[in-house]
Amino acid sequence: MTPLLKVENISKFYGHRIGCKDVNFDLYPGEVMGIVGESGSGKSTLLNCLAGHLDPDTGEVLFEMRDGAMRDTVTMSEPERRMLSRTDWAFVHQHARDGLRMNVSAGGNVGERLMAVGARHYGNIREEAVDWLGRVEISETRVDDRPTQFSGGMQQRLQIARNLVTGPRLVFMDEPTGGLDVSVQARLLDLLRGLVREMGLSAIIVTHDLAVVRLLADRLMVMKDSHVVETGLTDQVLDDPQHAYTQLLVSSVLQV
Amino acid sequence: MIEIKNLSKTFTLHNQGGVVIPVMDAAELSVARGECVALTGASGAGKSTLMRMIYGNYLAAAGSIVVDGVDVVTAEPREILALRREVLGYVSQFLRVVPRVPTLDVVAEPLLAVGVETEVARDRARDLLARLNIPERLWSLSPTSFSGGEQQRVNIARGFAHTYPAMLLDEPTASLDAANRETVLSLIEEAKARGAAIVGIFHDEAARERVCDREIDVAVFTPGVAA
Ligand SMILES: Nc1ncnc2c1ncn2[C@@H]1O[C@H](COP(=O)(O)OP(=O)(O)OP(=O)(O)O)[C@@H](O)[C@H]1O
Ligand SMILES: Nc1ncnc2c1ncn2[C@@H]1O[C@H](COP(=O)(O)OP(=O)(O)OP(=O)(O)O)[C@@H](O)[C@H]1O
Ligand SMILES: [Mg+2]
Ligand SMILES: [Mg+2]
Repeated sequence: MTPLLKVENISKFYGHRIGCKDVNFDLYPGEVMGIVGESGSGKSTLLNCLAGHLDPDTGEVLFEMRDGAMRDTVTMSEPERRMLSRTDWAFVHQHARDGLRMNVSAGGNVGERLMAVGARHYGNIREEAVDWLGRVEISETRVDDRPTQFSGGMQQRLQIARNLVTGPRLVFMDEPTGGLDVSVQARLLDLLRGLVREMGLSAIIVTHDLAVVRLLADRLMVMKDSHVVETGLTDQVLDDPQHAYTQLLVSSVLQV
Repeated sequence: MIEIKNLSKTFTLHNQGGVVIPVMDAAELSVARGECVALTGASGAGKSTLMRMIYGNYLAAAGSIVVDGVDVVTAEPREILALRREVLGYVSQFLRVVPRVPTLDVVAEPLLAVGVETEVARDRARDLLARLNIPERLWSLSPTSFSGGEQQRVNIARGFAHTYPAMLLDEPTASLDAANRETVLSLIEEAKARGAAIVGIFHDEAARERVCDREIDVAVFTPGVAA
């Protein structure tokens, strides 16, 4: 098997401040990788460099295109990158309002993504939108409501539907369950888990919640002060952490 | 099936002054198909630690642990996950439940993960839950709300759903009543009969005598104790 994503030496600086430094890893098809670490450790910076939202100062992000070729998404043209982010990538934001169009109906939010990749037949688009709303447990009767009329958990589920409707191969998530209460989180996680398995997605998920990574991630990457300090199989990193910071992180949580 | 050579393990407690605790040195173990080996030794001797290292849950300091041709010590996460899916089962002492998933699906999941058809997997799950005396009215509920004993039996059903060629059992009969204990022992005997290599921890001496072919006292691997 060849990697879907090869990340080599990614660094990002904000003036003198380091966003993230010398990050390397391979992600294989179907793998889910979690990124944990304290606030300000560079998680979002890294994720945004990988997803083409930020331009890294050093390094390459090689992505396996549908024809099997590995292409550096850092140096590819902006239109090519934009096309990838519509077809092959999905990005689930922490705040649903950053990932949704708040003045467009729920059905429209999902349908819009389909239209962006060329779907034209109104009936089919609506049908697919309703199908996806169902998969994220939003009733068909809410299809014409705007996201502003939804609860936080529903908005997040809508964002997931909007992102997955085009059948992406790689999903980036930045704190997808942040700000939701625990029972809503559990429901969302269960849903995400099912979708990731069913669709064979690869995903990179940034979170500060160790219970979330335990449930969703195959592998874990721990960041501190802009650097990766530890990586490994998720349960191994959580149960037998090697780095001082990871030990502190794990011991400061009651039970995961 | 399981071949352990020159295995050692230390814990470094960085947040307690960096104290280094050597817990295992030069451990050797070989388990053949159809064989069940019991790990024995006093509390704290390292039984669970050894078992967790075989599963890839604890990181070895040195040595090799080859399970069905894969060295767990050096394997990539995805290789270990594939090994756990196909080859190496682990019945831990506690069920780690995924919220909202019904018991029947919790038990069927390891089969679905290796591509068994849903109905076949569910039939096997029903059979195991019935053998372990989990009342049918509970099968559609999440085990989150079950009693400790019920959760443990669900855990065992899940662990025996797929016919793994190698299995790790951490106290599988602890706190079970006589009928359920008997069921678990028969499950172990059936697994051995179909050729599974098993490593088990049993405080229940009678159970150990009945299903295990050999005992390994892990104290001989404790640094400073072994010759
Ligand atoms: N636009 C920016 N301009 C300047 N510095 C920034 C900018 N964005 C992030 N940084 C800095 O880069 C470092 C990494 O920030 P980043 O947002 O990646 O952290 P994070 O791990 O995602 O934190 P959190 O868990 O709080 O979201 C921090 O020191 C932060 O202050
Ligand atoms: N994650 C860990 N971090 C630090 N030390 C650990 C960890 N896990 C185990 N140990 C230590 O390793 C040693 C062996 O423990 P282990 O749990 O393997 O013993 P055991 O033989 O299974 O005992 P018991 O019969 O009580 O279950 C003990 O000293 C224990 O404190
Ligand atoms: Mg962030
Ligand atoms: Mg133990």
